[in-house]
This record gives sequence, C-alpha cells and structure tokens, in this order.
Amino acid sequence: MSFLSRAPAPAWPLAAPADDGPGNPWFSWRYVHDNADEILSALQFHAGLTARAVIIALIVALPLAVVSYWWRPLTGPILALSGVLYTIPSLALLALIAPAVGTTKDTSVLIALVLYALLVLVRNSLAGLSQVPAEVRDAAAGMGYGRFGRLWRIELPLALPGILTGLRLATVSTVALVTVGSLIGKGGLGEMILGGFRNNFYKAEIMTGTILCVGLALVLDLALAGLGRLLTPWARERRS
Amino acid sequence: MNYFHEGYVWLNDPLNWTNPGGLLDRLSEHLLISLWAVLLGCVIGWPLGIWLGHRGRGGGAVITLANLTLAIPTLALLTILPLTPLGFGKPPVVVALAVFAVPPLLANAYTGLRQIDPETREAARGMGLSGGQLLRQVELPLSVPYLAAGLRTAAVQVVATAALAAFVNGGGLGEIISAGFGIGMSNGGGGQIVAGGIVVALLALLVEALLAGLQRLVTPAALRTNRRRRPTAAAPAG
Repeated sequence: MSFLSRAPAPAWPLAAPADDGPGNPWFSWRYVHDNADEILSALQFHAGLTARAVIIALIVALPLAVVSYWWRPLTGPILALSGVLYTIPSLALLALIAPAVGTTKDTSVLIALVLYALLVLVRNSLAGLSQVPAEVRDAAAGMGYGRFGRLWRIELPLALPGILTGLRLATVSTVALVTVGSLIGKGGLGEMILGGFRNNFYKAEIMTGTILCVGLALVLDLALAGLGRLLTPWARERRS
Repeated sequence: MNYFHEGYVWLNDPLNWTNPGGLLDRLSEHLLISLWAVLLGCVIGWPLGIWLGHRGRGGGAVITLANLTLAIPTLALLTILPLTPLGFGKPPVVVALAVFAVPPLLANAYTGLRQIDPETREAARGMGLSGGQLLRQVELPLSVPYLAAGLRTAAVQVVATAALAAFVNGGGLGEIISAGFGIGMSNGGGGQIVAGGIVVALLALLVEALLAGLQRLVTPAALRTNRRRRPTAAAPAG
C-alpha cells in the first residue's frame, strides 16, 4: 500500500503541481492544487460550523451548570437529560431534526452539534465549580461577596481549568461530528471524504479531507490549550 | 410534528418490517456488525488495558490514544478501510467500529486496575500471592465494575456508530434513513427518515439500559455504594 505516496516532489509543489502518478494514489498535490478553492471553502464551512456550535453550546451550558451548582436538586435531571441526548446516535438525531428544520439547511446540523456539545460542557463546568474548596467560598462570603460577585470573581475563575477541559473535548468531538452532516449535504470536509468515496473511490480526495479534519481538531485543541495557559497564569506559576 | 406522524404510519406498516431490506433485516445486520465490533474491541482492549494496569505503566499513552481517536471522524475510517486490503463488505466496517470501541475498553480496564487501593495490593503480596495470582484473585475481581462500565460505553458507541455504515453501503439500520433521503422529502421519504431515526435512537437507548443493568448486576454489593464515575465518556458517534 502506497501510503501518502506522491511523485518526486518539485521544489515548490503547490506552484507547479507534480504529476498525479499512475493509478489512484493516497495523496496528490495536483488534486490539492487544482481544487484549492473547493478545499478551502469546505475547510471554512467546517471551522465555521464548529465555532458556531461550540459557542452556542457554551452560552447555554454555563448558565445550566451555574443553576445546577446553586440548586443541587437540579443537577440530577439536567445531567440525566443531557446524558440521554448524548446516547442518541448522531445520525438518528439528524434524521429526526432534518425533516422538521429543513433538509438543505445547515441549521439542522448545528442543532444536533449543540445538543452533543452540551453534555460535555455542562458536566465539566459543573465538576469545575464543585471542586472550588469550601474554605475559599466561606472566605469570599466573609469578605462580603454576594452570590453573583462570588461567582464572577472567585468561583468561575477557579473553575476555569474544568471549563476549558470541557471546551477542548467538545471542540475536538464537534470537529469530527460535523462530517455526519454529509447526510444532508452539509458535512464540510465530510463532503470531501464521502465525495471521494462516491467519485470512483478517489483516494486523494478522501485522504485530503481526513487529514484536514484531524488537523483542524488538533489545531483548535492546541489553540484552546494555549488560551487556557493565558487565562490561568496562577496555575502555570505554581507548576514551574 | 407532521413528520413524526408520518414516521409512525411508516412503522405501522408490517411490510416495512418484513420486506427484504426491511427493518428486521437491517436490525439483524446492525446487531451482527455491532457484536463483532465489540468482540474485536474487547479482544484487543481488555488484555492490553489489564496488562498496562497490572504493570502500572503507560497511563499517559492510554489517555493520548483515547483523545486521538476522538479527533478521527468515523466517516473517514469507514471510507478509507474498504480501499485497503481488507476489501469491501462487512470486515472494514467491523474494524472501523472496533477502532472506536478500543479506547473506552482500554481506558476503563486500566483505570479499574489502577484505582485499587495500594494497601490491598500490598496485603495480597504480603500473603505470598504471585503476580499472576494477584491479578486473578485480587485485581480482576475488584475491577469488574470498571470493565463493565467500559463495555457499556463501548457497546453503546458501537451501536450508535454502526448507523453511519450506511454512508458506505455497509448495511445496518442507517440504510433505512439513507433510503428515505433517496426517496426524497417531496415523495414522502420524510416518514421513513424519521422512522429510521426513531428506531436507531431507541436501539441505542435500549442497549444503554440493558448494559447499565448488567453493570449493576456484576458489581458486588460492597462496591455498589461507592460513588463510581466513568472515567471516560464515550465520544458521540462522529
């Protein structure tokens, strides 16, 4: 199997594409060069859909986590409900949402992605909030912080590592999940993967889509890890 | 809710169940693929996880592997594997699903052996148990709840992911949904799409409930009261 095989690379492969080589290679600069526009727009759509889904999920999940942190009896139902949603297969969820919302709209995919990211974010944010030490909360109350002041100035900053862990997990799995949107033609890079399969098993197209998809997930994960380091300088100082 | 009614009507037609390629055919296909994938995952994941946990090494590698598979789209493996020497048909689908079943099985087996109180292990050693005896008589029984949790997570994920096999004509219940899209919304395919979605969702929830029961059954009463948490949640079927 010629994994990632390509013809002898010229000095600048993108400017002067190498020959595709005989047969059906796993990777081809010629394909990338000739279809740069389509690849870029698929990547852009993929990243945009991921960003929208994760941001909306975060906006919904944080209040839910805070509410169930303040009123403990709500914790069980909120986690159970999002757990059930999480168990429902992505394809089934999409099949249930798409006919009602629109089988040609990316909103259907967006809704499914938000529902999936929700559980991870709520669970990790809640775990982050719950591990704030009781003494710290007592000290903050003793200093005269109200409920909201304490949440904003004390508890949320201390819960930030947990929230960011959830954010990274949610982002990485959302990037992979977007490909399921291919069911209704809104799969971003998944369109390339499936398109290559349907287009007479064009391996170069499949592999390019896959590499970009995994690469996007890793880049976003690293970016969020970096953001976490910037936002929690105290954790970094303690470690070094 | 119009489409849900159409889906209900579709499910009420007995021919949709018994036709060749109908629900019953697809269901047995789906379960067979899932069974083989979970078995393959267990054969790889459990011995490796138990061995690493027994040795107490490789925790970082286990976590890295689990995180890495999170980033790989299922669709990519489902389309790439048939083009390798595995060939078309069921084998590549089973292998692709097993790849996503291994991380939860492996991670839970590893965690199950590592969470045992070191003092228990010391006591067993002090009683003169050899490495193999320690593993068989102390470590494995104590990690059964974790092994069961891993099995549950992996099985639910495989059953959910098996629906995606329809993208590459791999069979399973996903075929009902994609056939519905093939008919088209304007020709009344919506009912079939929704019906397929309902069946796939119910199957996943049913497997989850059954294996949760199994997990409870194999957990000794003494360990049941502890606050257990699953160390690695399943990735949604991507």
